Amino acid sequence: MSVLDVRDLRTHFFTRAGVVKAVDGVSFTLEKGEILGLVGESGSGKTVTGFSLLGLVDPPGRIVEGSIRLNGKELVGMSDRDLRKRRGREISMVFQDPIATLNPMLTIGQQMRMALEAHGRVGPRAAVTRSEELLAKVGIPSPRARLRSYPHEFSGGMRQRVAIAIALLHSPSVIVADEPTTALDVSIQAQILHTMRDLARETGTALIWISHDLAVVSSLATRLAVMYAGRVVEEGPTAAILRDPRHPYTAGLIASLPAMAEPGTALTQIPGTTPSLLSLPPGCPFAPRCTHATEACTSEPVLERHGTRGWACFHPVGGVPA
Amino acid sequence: MSFLSVDRVTRRFGPTLSLGEKIAARLGADVETRAVQAVNDVTLAVEKGRTLGLVGESGCGKSTLGRVIAGILAPSEGAVLLDGQPVMQGTNKVTTRVQTVFQDPFASLDPRMKVGEAVAEGPIAHGLTARAQAAEYVAGWFARVGLDPAWAERYPHQFSGGQRQRIAIARALAMQPDLLICDEPVASLDVSIQAQIINLFLDLRRDLGLTCVFISHDLSVVRHICDRMAVMYLGRIVEEGETGAVFDSPAHPYTRALLASVPELVLDGEELVRFAPIQGEVPSPYDPPAGCHYNPRCPFAQDRCRAEAPALRLLPNGRHAACHFAEELPAG
Ligand SMILES: Nc1ncnc2c1ncn2[C@@H]1O[C@H](COP(=O)(O)OP(=O)(O)OP(=O)(O)O)[C@@H](O)[C@H]1O
Ligand SMILES: Nc1ncnc2c1ncn2[C@@H]1O[C@H](COP(=O)(O)OP(=O)(O)OP(=O)(O)O)[C@@H](O)[C@H]1O
Ligand SMILES: [Mg+2]
Ligand SMILES: [Mg+2]
Repeated sequence: MSVLDVRDLRTHFFTRAGVVKAVDGVSFTLEKGEILGLVGESGSGKTVTGFSLLGLVDPPGRIVEGSIRLNGKELVGMSDRDLRKRRGREISMVFQDPIATLNPMLTIGQQMRMALEAHGRVGPRAAVTRSEELLAKVGIPSPRARLRSYPHEFSGGMRQRVAIAIALLHSPSVIVADEPTTALDVSIQAQILHTMRDLARETGTALIWISHDLAVVSSLATRLAVMYAGRVVEEGPTAAILRDPRHPYTAGLIASLPAMAEPGTALTQIPGTTPSLLSLPPGCPFAPRCTHATEACTSEPVLERHGTRGWACFHPVGGVPA
Repeated sequence: MSFLSVDRVTRRFGPTLSLGEKIAARLGADVETRAVQAVNDVTLAVEKGRTLGLVGESGCGKSTLGRVIAGILAPSEGAVLLDGQPVMQGTNKVTTRVQTVFQDPFASLDPRMKVGEAVAEGPIAHGLTARAQAAEYVAGWFARVGLDPAWAERYPHQFSGGQRQRIAIARALAMQPDLLICDEPVASLDVSIQAQIINLFLDLRRDLGLTCVFISHDLSVVRHICDRMAVMYLGRIVEEGETGAVFDSPAHPYTRALLASVPELVLDGEELVRFAPIQGEVPSPYDPPAGCHYNPRCPFAQDRCRAEAPALRLLPNGRHAACHFAEELPAG
């Protein structure tokens, strides 16, 4: 059984200007200890997908359709009370900005103890032991002394490690990490990537790593899901997708990286601009920007599976396999 | 004489203390009273028509150096000369020949001003166009950066991030600069939009013969567009040289570690992505280590590195590096 099984998830925002279909057909599965990279351009629905998994979507938004099974239990339609019980313990989230997660008025030790007590009583000594263990695991030097520090006494990279340690306190089955290194420096980013990769390996926690930086996610994700306009348009093993992208959008994304071009030459561009979610054309949302598009693309392709991978396209790069 | 020369520039920031804090500090409270040496004795040269990349970890002084070169901040010591002429006299910028494009195009545009007016403002003030011809002048620059000239009547919030960055570029170029300072101009943009802006930059640089200083923490972008690059660490330049050569054979241990730390798609053989983290964190800029600032994190550090700050010196291969042992480092 997969740890997480997401099927045809749709989360819409009912705004005055119209219905924003932020997530509109997202499916993927996640096995124990697996790292899934969720990539796509700004506004493609990555964060809303993450929020949906944790039951954190607030009005005017709501999940209108689909299924999220966490350890076999259906989360869509579950009461707030039951969801809260699972949040933090079975699934937790690390946000882009650790400052938003940490309370500036409390010491790290106090915050970790509160997070532990959210799911039952914990003695003070046990709380210190567990907190110290996790700070050590994410690579904070002299963890016991650090429990008495306040967030502002840490650098940005160390704060993000503390946020990761808090997400790990209850050894959840799944952690959703939303651009956790975007605000950090390249060098610190690499340290955190290493830490996360080792942790997933050691603890069996499955990770969903959200990012718009393909190189960064690919450095640790075993699988990738590529989002465009609220949908997963391609999904599969990282190596297969990078070497042999099938969806024209994925191919465009990879080709536009500076690393893919000779220095000084023009980069490959995806023509056109990101569509407004309020006025998507019928059919494939990428069709207006796609060099492969034909008449067929006015109806919407679904994500079809081909072995370990899948794509939602009538005219995939390299043709349709027999 | 080079087109741009940065001559022994130092920029310090004193602590900005309130009266209360000053009293508290006097009474022995824990208030930061030390100055930060954000840029420390930097000497650089850029030839006409060339692009110099400026890289380094957060807080190393890239933006401060960029602002000093642009004449936005006065140096505490040293001078910046453009074509032999000083960019600043005292604390006043005395040239319009250098312009800047910043990371966040939204913050640099007045939300209540039509974007066309924002672009026209500087050129009118400096007599580059008459008020009567301003609309036409702006339309020309809009077209040049790939914006519909009719959009000059719109306000900043009506544009996407990539479009706003084009407006910021149009505004800088409308001043007809010879030197353009770009401070992380693509950092806040999506990959697909980033590619558009980089391509625009490459075109403009070629067509207008611009000289550029390009600040970025994205090394793949720097490798793509810069002729030469300078690596900063805690206010000092630790290496400078031809971009391809620096990437192929970094001379300073810090450059090596920095280049290795960036996840890079390689896609050949078994490997997909390559990276190795730098050990340790950047020391506090208030209290940089004695000798070479990089010595606590450097695997090759010796006693001399802890005692004596290495000068940036010319190596036999044409590279500049500030390392006592640059010639003796093990390969790899
Ligand atoms: N509360 C809300 N009300 C209305 N629309 C919303 C709301 N929250 C998100 N959206 C819309 O949903 C879409 C998806 O947003 P989301 O934040 O998931 O994008 P993302 O892929 O995470 O982008 P980024 O890379 O910029 O973080 C966007 O068009 C956004 O404007
Ligand atoms: N106005 C200021 N007052 C006091 N200190 C400052 C000021 N501006 C910059 N500094 C300090 O100078 C140092 C260099 O900052 P700078 O912004 O130049 O770094 P940077 O290399 O551009 O970093 P980043 O990559 O994060 O933009 C930092 O320690 C910073 O805190
Ligand atoms: Mg997001
Ligand atoms: Mg900066």
